[in-house]
Amino acid sequence: MLSRTASDLYWLSRDVERAENTARVLDVVWNLSLIRYAVDTQQEITAPLSITGTWDDYSARYGKVTTNNVLYFFTLDPDSPASIYSCLRQARASAHAVRGKITSEMWESVNGTWLELKEISQTGLQDYGETAFFEWVKNRSHLFRGATYGTLMRSDTFRFLRLGTFIERADNTARILDVKHREEETESDSTVDYYRWHALLRSLGGYEAFREMFSETINAERVAELLILRPEVPRSLLSCLQMLCELLPAIEGEAGLEAKRLAAVQLARLQYGDMEHILAIGLHDYLTDFLRRINELADTIQSEYLELVWN
Amino acid sequence: MRSLKLPAVPGFDEMIAPGGEVRPHYTSYHDWLLRQDRSLLLRKRKEAELQFHRVGITFNVYGEESGTERLIPFDTLPRVLPASEWSLLERGAIQRVKALNLFLHDIYHDQNIIRDGRIPAEQIFGNAQYQPCMQDVDLPNQVYSQISGVDLIRDGEGSWFVLEDNLRTPSGVSYMIENRRMMMRLFPALFAGLSVAPVEHYPTLLLETLQQSASHSHPCVVLLTPGQLNSAYFEHAFLAQQMGIELVEGADLFVKNGYVYMRTTAGPQKVDVIYRRIDDAFLDPLAFRSDSMLGVPGLISVYRQGNVVLANAVGTGVGDDKSIYPYVPDMIRFYLDEEPILSNVPTWQCRNKDELKVVLEKLPELVVKEVHGAGGYGMLVGPAASETEIESFRARLLADPDNYIAQPTLSLSTCPVFVEEGIAPRHIDLRPFVLSGNEPRVVPGGLTRVALKPGSLVVNSSQGGGTKDTWVLESGEGSTC
Repeated sequence: MLSRTASDLYWLSRDVERAENTARVLDVVWNLSLIRYAVDTQQEITAPLSITGTWDDYSARYGKVTTNNVLYFFTLDPDSPASIYSCLRQARASAHAVRGKITSEMWESVNGTWLELKEISQTGLQDYGETAFFEWVKNRSHLFRGATYGTLMRSDTFRFLRLGTFIERADNTARILDVKHREEETESDSTVDYYRWHALLRSLGGYEAFREMFSETINAERVAELLILRPEVPRSLLSCLQMLCELLPAIEGEAGLEAKRLAAVQLARLQYGDMEHILAIGLHDYLTDFLRRINELADTIQSEYLELVWN
Repeated sequence: MRSLKLPAVPGFDEMIAPGGEVRPHYTSYHDWLLRQDRSLLLRKRKEAELQFHRVGITFNVYGEESGTERLIPFDTLPRVLPASEWSLLERGAIQRVKALNLFLHDIYHDQNIIRDGRIPAEQIFGNAQYQPCMQDVDLPNQVYSQISGVDLIRDGEGSWFVLEDNLRTPSGVSYMIENRRMMMRLFPALFAGLSVAPVEHYPTLLLETLQQSASHSHPCVVLLTPGQLNSAYFEHAFLAQQMGIELVEGADLFVKNGYVYMRTTAGPQKVDVIYRRIDDAFLDPLAFRSDSMLGVPGLISVYRQGNVVLANAVGTGVGDDKSIYPYVPDMIRFYLDEEPILSNVPTWQCRNKDELKVVLEKLPELVVKEVHGAGGYGMLVGPAASETEIESFRARLLADPDNYIAQPTLSLSTCPVFVEEGIAPRHIDLRPFVLSGNEPRVVPGGLTRVALKPGSLVVNSSQGGGTKDTWVLESGEGSTC
């Protein structure tokens, strides 16, 4: 496959996944900000800025932190690279470039999302409804994933799309977990804790899994275990790495040796890791190290498959 | 039986003869059309528009903010040709392209046609489209124009003429295919009753043609596009997908050790045939325009070594230039020893003093074109121009007569079109596509372009033209529907 095509596919699914994760985080933040007695609204509302590392960008453009400004910055702001709007615009541009490679159902799902989003941005977030909007974004992402799963031939086209999804998802899960954990260190009110971890689980779709797997009160350590080490949870770091290690060796050709090695090393670290070890290192340090590794893997995929240069 | 009443327009109508009777090959379609009411045609047209938008069959710039993915207007009434007439056009178009390919090989090798005095040397060597880098380069099969579009029109009496040849990167074939798919979707019953010759196998024939242009079997074929901003990008993506080949941009290709490679996720892959939809000038910044970002540095040197095939070849423009056009009938006689099956439109070359004199006298009646112009720009249509326009054109013509040719104003034939006021005649032309592989082949029909404004003779899509499906009836001239 052409490297440029692979790159468009990879970024198409990364951008869709990023839009979905942004919606998940915002949904939780929005709901928590409504429960004022339980939490420090200001701290909640800045969480997405910490997670995505966009504090500077935000401050330069908006200055003061307000709920509406942060929400706009992450949803419909066409000039913010972190907005759902930008992600889906970019996804649509990538899909347009590889239209001949993806199925018409996939194209129509991405194109339809973009056309609808333009209408929503005319309506405005408040009038459309915050919760309704976050649900819409998640549903559009589900639709695209469903169209991909249900209609696309299992070839490198499929693999590069999935690769983008899991790189992005691993990165996002680790970031969300890290920010929540750091917030927790600053306070110790158990009610607040409960809401925080509850919200976090919901944002990552892990609430039902937690209930089924552990019959105990929601607590930081168990949530971390669930989202780092458990293969049953589709957004856990281990699940993401398992998928990456399945996808990379299946890609045709001999390229990508270093990417395959990095992914395999990281998979082993998760597969044979345990919570005791992680807590001994410290969750924040562990996640910082994970983020460094996943980004190194992403850079290697970029240089080994997507922007090959020989001279 | 009564027949369709069309607003009277001078000239030849494809469906209705001057006496008002329906031409035989149109009988069954015409009778079917009479039975349909306006609401059905409106509904079908709306369905076609929706479907074209949904699939994204668009042309023009892909501009994100303005959303200018425009549709070429599509007319739901087919243009019908009887098998006998098509057979003439097919033979004529093939004959012409054969001669043009022999001409291109000749002028880039021995130049017999110049030595024989048939074409003045300066007409070739002074032509900006003549590429000196192609001199004495041997091409596999000696084919220069693998894909050719021959633009045909008919005059007021219904006689066919070649208006121009397109040997560079002729476009429009995707509309020929999509128009057919649309018609079969909208009116399946019509196809069940008539034997319309199929056109949808064109991509298969095109792929075979490209494969045959290589010097060995199982070549790696790619389609080189200028990118998403090009007006014909849809067609590039469409054809690449239909042929199952990679759609590449210049940046995807590179030259190393005398070969062309594409950058793939599995490493460099050698490319043998490039169906390029980029003009000569942009192909290789080392050989042509150094500011081109679209091409591949070093491509031409690989090409000249015979290590990659370009379709069409570099330098074919000298064969379809308007200044060369008047010589094509002579080329047919010279290379094939045959009489031309299709006629040229009579043409005055303003570079010749006595011909210029005639042109200046008859200017208000003539069409005058720049020899290197295209797309309907830079031309004078005498009968439609004001006196001041004619006089200012006269001044330009006198200042640089070599740059112009003139032709009588032909009233292109008309064909019924479904427009706001109902069914009305509009002017049309026809572009069949000739594929030159081991044997020249033409898919029956081609692209029929329509001038949608009443009375207009300009069919170019950039100037508001539309298209319609072209039906070549295989047997029995218009039997039952």
